[in-house]
Amino acid sequence: MKYRSAFDIIGPVMIGPSSSHTAGAARIGRVARTLLGKQPQKAIISFYGSFAKTYKGHGTDVAVVGGILNFDTDDQRIPTSLNLAEEWGMEVIFTVEETVTDHPNTVKIQLFDETKKVEIVGISIGGGTIEITELNSFQLKLSGENPAILVVHNDKFGLISSVTTVLADHEINISHMEVSRKEKGKMALMIIEVDQRIHDKIITELEHLPNITQVIRMVE
Amino acid sequence: MFRNVAELVARAESKQVKIAEIMIQQEMGFSGLPREKIIEKMDTNLTVMEQAIERGLKGVQSVTGLTGGDAVLLQQYIQTGKALSGNLLLDAVSKAVATNEVNAAMGVICATPTAGSAGVVPGTLFAVKEKLHPTRLEMIEFLFTSAAFGFVVANNASISGAAGGCQAEVGAASGMAAAAIVELAGGTPTQAAEAMAITLKNMLGLVCDPVAGLVEVPCVKRNAMGASNALTAADMALAGITSRIPCDEVIDAMYRIGQSMPSALRETAEGGLAATPTGRRLEAEIFGSFK
Repeated sequence: MKYRSAFDIIGPVMIGPSSSHTAGAARIGRVARTLLGKQPQKAIISFYGSFAKTYKGHGTDVAVVGGILNFDTDDQRIPTSLNLAEEWGMEVIFTVEETVTDHPNTVKIQLFDETKKVEIVGISIGGGTIEITELNSFQLKLSGENPAILVVHNDKFGLISSVTTVLADHEINISHMEVSRKEKGKMALMIIEVDQRIHDKIITELEHLPNITQVIRMVE
Repeated sequence: MFRNVAELVARAESKQVKIAEIMIQQEMGFSGLPREKIIEKMDTNLTVMEQAIERGLKGVQSVTGLTGGDAVLLQQYIQTGKALSGNLLLDAVSKAVATNEVNAAMGVICATPTAGSAGVVPGTLFAVKEKLHPTRLEMIEFLFTSAAFGFVVANNASISGAAGGCQAEVGAASGMAAAAIVELAGGTPTQAAEAMAITLKNMLGLVCDPVAGLVEVPCVKRNAMGASNALTAADMALAGITSRIPCDEVIDAMYRIGQSMPSALRETAEGGLAATPTGRRLEAEIFGSFK
């Protein structure tokens, strides 16, 4: 089931003109922002498929940038986000790609600050609903709608159970979980969508587990 | 969780409740929120729809100047008393157009199920309201009924023009509205499904070919036809007319048609009306003047 809520169908409340090309684009931008954890110094935004062909007409460019500036889909500042980005010191580069992707509405966003870089690929599947399909070259599937924890770790046995034990101790219920790795025994990524809010304390506890490189919290 | 229209209708009829109630209960289960919160959330969306219609009926203009002002023209025409197709129908068309004119002007709207098709459901609701005088709660239920049918289309076919053409957007919206009108007018869940089937059958194959890639031409007028199609199909279903092809099979046909639709006709602005000489000229004028 790609759509789970009545409000995926009746909603979101948003700035026009397109739910997939404007609202969905803003949501993907905002997920990238959340993953970086702050306003980036630079954003490189690459459009594919229908996004590449029609991004100007649908305001996809201002929507993605609005999302990166942490605006919600109904934020009236979206149409002027390019000016605001300049004012707030964020460099923005757009590229249009020819590569054919699995989904026609695909965007790649790379965000940079002094020390960190986040790269995501997102698709806008219709009606403002989105999926994140790649994070820092890891394949994944993330809706961005539910609270989630992303754990970058070494691909070793017992890691998954140590992470889930911490969550169980704090009575956090897991609604969806995925594990992926680029190569056997190297870096791996756990995506854990949960039902409850995740407190700082839990994140710190996870970060202190052995073989954990990074813990990212995502909350809508 | 209901997976198709047949299950949705069966559940409503066996429990002897409205389709809206099935959707509300599912939302409670999915989100863990109490009923009042869910109703309140939909109430907020209803208010956004109402405000968009009000704004559009005062007259708006898009940035490009391609759309705007048609909702006002229709209301003025209704006032003359000369309208041939009936005031309720034209009122729905005018309110659907009003919503999409606001959308094209980058105003605030509620996607139902998408922004490009946001006019159909509110347009018909606020027109039918004048005749049936529903309570606020019944209007909110109208949106949950629409959501239930849209939910099936979204999961079993598509609600994205880029994936399935305009049949997936205005087509889906029109079917959702038709079903909800039937329920508001006192029809059965089965009749609501018939209305959805009849509506969708008349939207199959509709391509997504926006001029210059903008959600303006032909989107605004397709919302007008989506609204009138919904009202006509609702009346047909309420009259006792049924669809020979069951609703779920129509949705499946829609999915398959979307799959075989060439990319030029799926929101790429490469084919259809976008590729006409006038479409191309408008595109050149618009993007020339944006520099």
